[in-house]
Amino acid sequence: VIPALFAGFAAVLLASALMVVLHRNPVTSALFLVVAFCSLAGIYIVMRAEFIGMVQVIVYAGAIMVLFVFVIMYLNLGRDPERGATILLRRMIGWFVGAMIVLQGVLLFAGRWALGPVQEPPDPRLGNTQALGQALYSRFLYPFEITSLVLLVAMVGAIVISKGRGGYEPVDRAAAPRVTLRPGDSLTPPGGPPA
Amino acid sequence: VIPSSWPLLVSAVLFAVGVVGVLVRRNAIVIFMSVELMLNAANLAFVGFANALHSLDGQVFVFFVMAVAAAEVAVGLAIIVNLFRLRESVFVDEINLLKG
Repeated sequence: VIPALFAGFAAVLLASALMVVLHRNPVTSALFLVVAFCSLAGIYIVMRAEFIGMVQVIVYAGAIMVLFVFVIMYLNLGRDPERGATILLRRMIGWFVGAMIVLQGVLLFAGRWALGPVQEPPDPRLGNTQALGQALYSRFLYPFEITSLVLLVAMVGAIVISKGRGGYEPVDRAAAPRVTLRPGDSLTPPGGPPA
Repeated sequence: VIPSSWPLLVSAVLFAVGVVGVLVRRNAIVIFMSVELMLNAANLAFVGFANALHSLDGQVFVFFVMAVAAAEVAVGLAIIVNLFRLRESVFVDEINLLKG
C-alpha cells in the first residue's frame, strides 16, 4: 500500500505543479501551489520523514503561501496578459529546456547507478523528531545557529527593503512611466490611493 | 518499500516543471513560485536519499533548506513589492532598467 500512496501523492504533486505553471491567474497558481506542498508533505510522511512533513505543512503551505497570497492581494493582480511572437519564442524555449532536463534525468536513472553504503536502520524506539533534534543539536549545532543568523538578516533586510528610502512617499504620477491598460486589467489603482 | 529511484524521478520532473515556469511566465510572483517548486524538488531528492540510506543527514539538510527558503521568500517578496511601487508592473520584461 505504501508504493500506491507514494504514486498517488506524486501524481497529485506533479499535476498541481503543472497547474501552477500553466494557469493564467496568479491566485489560482498560489492555491495549486498549496495543494502541491501538501501532497509533498504526504510523500515525506510516506517516506518516514514525519517531522519534515509536518514542517512542510506549517512553513510552506502555511507561512510562505500566506505571504504569497497576501502580496498578490496587495498588488491587486489580475490575469496575466500573454500573447505575441516573443512570448511564443520564449514559451518554446522554456518547454524545450524543461524536456531536456526530464530527458537528462531519465537517461541518468536508466544507466547504471547504485546507492552508497546503507547505514544501520535507526533505533525504532527513537521517534523521527527526537532523532532529528539530537542530530541538529549535536553534529549540526553550528549550521543550526548560523541558520538563526540567516533568518535575522532576512528579517532586517525585508523590513529595510519594503520600507523604502526615507519612509513612504507617494508615487510621482507625472514622472512615473505610463501605465498601458490591457483588456482584462483591473481599473482600480494598484496599491490603493497615495496617503 | 518504495524503490529508491521513484523519488528521484519525481524530483527531476518537479524540477523541470519549475524551470519551465521560470522560463515561460512573465509574472515575477509566479516565477518566484516556480523557484519554490525547484527548491522543493531538491528537498524531495534529499528525503529520498535519506530514506534509501537509512540516514538522517538528508532530513537535516531539508530543514536548513526550508529555513533559507523562508528567508528568501520574505526578502524576494519585499523586492517585488518595491519594484511594483517603482514601475507599477510585476512583468519581468517590462522591468528593463539595465537595457542600454
